[in-house]
Amino acid sequence: MRMRTVEISVGAFVLAGALALTFLAIKVSGVNLSRSADSYVVKARFDDVAGLRLRAKVSMAGVTVGRVSKIEVDMEYGEAVVSLEINGKPGNLSADTGAQILTEGILGARYVSLLPGADEETLAEGDFIEETQGALVLENLIGDLVTRLGSS
Amino acid sequence: MIDFVRALGDRSLERLASLGRASIMWLSAIWGLPRWADVPLLIKQIYNVGVLSLVIIVMSAFSIGAVIALQFYTQLSRFGAEDAVGLGLALVLLRELGPVVTGLLFAGRAGSAVTAEIGLMKTTEQLSSMEMMGVDPLRRIVAPRLWAGVISMPLLTAMFNVVAIYGGMVVAVNWLGSDVGNFWSGMQDSVELWNDVGKGMIKSVIFAVVVTWISVYQGYDTEPTPEGIGFATTRTVVISSVMILALDFILTLSMYGEFK
Repeated sequence: MRMRTVEISVGAFVLAGALALTFLAIKVSGVNLSRSADSYVVKARFDDVAGLRLRAKVSMAGVTVGRVSKIEVDMEYGEAVVSLEINGKPGNLSADTGAQILTEGILGARYVSLLPGADEETLAEGDFIEETQGALVLENLIGDLVTRLGSS
Repeated sequence: MIDFVRALGDRSLERLASLGRASIMWLSAIWGLPRWADVPLLIKQIYNVGVLSLVIIVMSAFSIGAVIALQFYTQLSRFGAEDAVGLGLALVLLRELGPVVTGLLFAGRAGSAVTAEIGLMKTTEQLSSMEMMGVDPLRRIVAPRLWAGVISMPLLTAMFNVVAIYGGMVVAVNWLGSDVGNFWSGMQDSVELWNDVGKGMIKSVIFAVVVTWISVYQGYDTEPTPEGIGFATTRTVVISSVMILALDFILTLSMYGEFK
């Protein structure tokens, strides 16, 4: 009887540990098992992503609609190629959708904001977003301002 | 002068020999377990070192999480960045405090008990009588305790992290009024499964190996007197704690050194 209690409590202990690990994976690190089935990837070229990170938000009208899934650099054109994982099925974004990189909050987390288009055509898996605007880099702005003030 | 050098050499050799004995013990014990007949022993030991450590782990986790959330909240609210409480709390716990504090508590609660138990067995010559009966004490006594520690501690660390995050949430959200949505989404945005959760778990496995090794060896190698058991128990806690803290720095440096 005594051994039985020990075995049951060890079983419960291991189970609790496994549950804790699952909680850490799903609730804390935000791994979503079901999402990957219902999403597609579009790409966008930016002249400067300046601190955009993997898994950053992709939002439209302030609502999160996806995540940044890959950031590469195209050496030939000197541009960054960003893959955006959009929730839902292909066909929910019009072909002339725009994308820009904005900054959020005091910590300066970068995110991608999508601007709705009016085209009847829609973006398919792997298509490029044509209208893009890269991140505003504060140092460049200040540099511009200083040269302008200097020349006037 | 010659005497001093001789004493130094003697002590170095003694240390080296003790390290060698510990390694031989560890290796033969690690190979000693994978037998189905020994599983009941292992379960008993997991009960001793894991289940019985649960209360202290849960209680410390709750207060540590609450305190970190309180500190983060008061400092971050000066910049209007209370939303980052969840993020900071989760990263601090998963990467550092979870494995380290669990390791320290585990060394104090379970490691010392293992040392005292094995030390007493040695002092009362149970170990040598076992050998005489043809039972290998490494397999019967040492191996289950080593494996039990290595299995229990990562699980305890995971529970520690969960309870501490919950404790932090109680303080930051329910008491101080931070927004519950921002608390969780800020956390989920920046915590990565492998880089934060996975590496933290690797740390805790390494700490588990070190702590159980030290505590079992100190018990096994104790001087067979009541005083010797006392010294061995103290040494277990001291050496384990120092090793955990030193190793943590090295592990952090190699895991996050270049800010990957």
